[in-house]
Amino acid sequence: MSTPLLEVEDVVAGYRPDLPIVQGITLKVAEAEMVTIIGPNGAGKSTLIKAVAGIVQVSSGRVRLAGAEITRLPTHRLAQAAIAYVPQTANVFTTLTIDENLLVGASTLAKGEARRRMDRSYENFPVLKEYRQKKAKVLSGGQRQMLAVARALLTEPRLLMLDEPSAGLSPLMVSEVFQRLKALVEGGVAILMVEQNAKAALAISHRTYVFAEGRNRIDGPSAALAQDPQVASIYLGAGGRKR
Amino acid sequence: MLQALADGILSGSIIALGAIGLTLTMGILRFANFAHAELVTWGAYMALAVLAVTGTFMGPIAPLSFGIPLILAIVVAAALTSLLALAIDWLVYRPLRRQTNHLTLVFGSFGISLLVRMVILLIFGGAAQYYSTALQIAIPVAPGLRIMPDQLFTLAVTVVIVVALHFFLQKTRLGLAMRALAENPELARVNGIDTRAVVRWTWVIGASLAAVAGVLYGLTIQLRPEIGFHLILPLFAAVILGGVGNVFGAVIGGLVIGLAESLAVLVVPSGYKMAVPFLILLAVLYLRPTGIFAGTVGGVK
Ligand SMILES: Nc1ncnc2c1ncn2[C@@H]1O[C@H](COP(=O)(O)OP(=O)(O)O)[C@@H](O)[C@H]1O
Ligand SMILES: [Mg+2]
Repeated sequence: MSTPLLEVEDVVAGYRPDLPIVQGITLKVAEAEMVTIIGPNGAGKSTLIKAVAGIVQVSSGRVRLAGAEITRLPTHRLAQAAIAYVPQTANVFTTLTIDENLLVGASTLAKGEARRRMDRSYENFPVLKEYRQKKAKVLSGGQRQMLAVARALLTEPRLLMLDEPSAGLSPLMVSEVFQRLKALVEGGVAILMVEQNAKAALAISHRTYVFAEGRNRIDGPSAALAQDPQVASIYLGAGGRKR
Repeated sequence: MLQALADGILSGSIIALGAIGLTLTMGILRFANFAHAELVTWGAYMALAVLAVTGTFMGPIAPLSFGIPLILAIVVAAALTSLLALAIDWLVYRPLRRQTNHLTLVFGSFGISLLVRMVILLIFGGAAQYYSTALQIAIPVAPGLRIMPDQLFTLAVTVVIVVALHFFLQKTRLGLAMRALAENPELARVNGIDTRAVVRWTWVIGASLAAVAGVLYGLTIQLRPEIGFHLILPLFAAVILGGVGNVFGAVIGGLVIGLAESLAVLVVPSGYKMAVPFLILLAVLYLRPTGIFAGTVGGVK
């Protein structure tokens, strides 16, 4: 196999040096691959994504993108490394307009290029165009998620990391978000996504990692994990993890 | 009465300039910087120092009491005040920001404010000083209302700065970055904004406005090392009245405080004037803790 796009190797990370939350996680994401992370609340899923994004301190281990080391890259340089990250909550600026949200997302681009790519986002997400001069606080949960994804794509990342993009959305909205993510992967973007709905995660992704207590316990092709009795007993009991 | 109104608007516009800087730094850096008022004093004295060096070459401009040298002094004072603010941030606030307790920063700023005031006292002495000894004649504009040309200049400067700052926050990339940072620093970084650079610019803008406020204070009243001490309460009252982070709110807040102070003198002995902003502050905190206009940096709507 050629060099994976993202390699996380034995990463230990946490919010305080004396209290590691992620305790030695190793995972890989290939070019144009969709990988999901599932696991109980507090397993360290969000913390791992934040460690890759440089938001949480990595105390040991390595992170590489296309072979180049990016461990402890300052968060504002993520875009230059061709990574985009959509946090789970507070992922849009509610006090800014839709247009301003996208402009902020295009901070690292030259003005003309920023405008061109924003016009393209408006074509892809007509809802956003309709509300472009409105404050993002008027958007519904699903529309905010669309704005957050549209903003993340402005820098044309090779890897898109999403933290529970379906949380709190209506089933209709969830399927729309997932359709869009699938289309992105078909277009060549790799996705690393935390998903609280194990069944949906296994259905949509190529491979899945199961985290528990800061470590990856099980991983493999999603189709195989969906058949795995151990995974099934933990997560797929009555058609999905109870919340 | 009319005179009190005019005086109130004048001192209100100086308070507003100081309050804009304070509201920006409070909104973006998320702590109550008690040393902000000392930046006003520092700016006023830096301009005095510049004038001492340059001398008053070329005379005053027509009705104003000053000429090109003071304009130059304002610019240099703004730069020197920005440097002081950046140095304080680098040496004191940056290490303290790593502390989880926010009060540490607030107390730190308290210590800094005392230190700056003592340094000014040490260098310039405690006596009142003036940029120019030339007496200026107030022009009667209406029955019972006399205004000095310098006061009109002060008002004009305030208006120009408020309009320019509004444009800057709404239309430029740096202004947008400042508004983004004020709402959500982590998301701003995720969006590729180098927040440390934006913080530095925030200090430069806040300190420059403080310096301009200081020079205008020195120009229309006098220079004393206690300028900051006397302004601290009005500044905070204006910021809280207008909503932390709200530039437009700070302007309105400053005018309200200035007017209230000068109108109060009509009914209570002038010795009680200083209590007025304090009373307004208490009233606002009691009735509407988020301020009259809920705060967003640059927000008007
Ligand atoms: N900002 C934070 N500061 C300190 N501890 C945190 C913070 N966020 C999460 N944690 C802790 O880290 C652990 C893992 O959290 P998280 O990575 O969010 O879990 P998951 O996303 O898998 O539900 C939890 O025990 C949580 O309490
Ligand atoms: Mg989480």
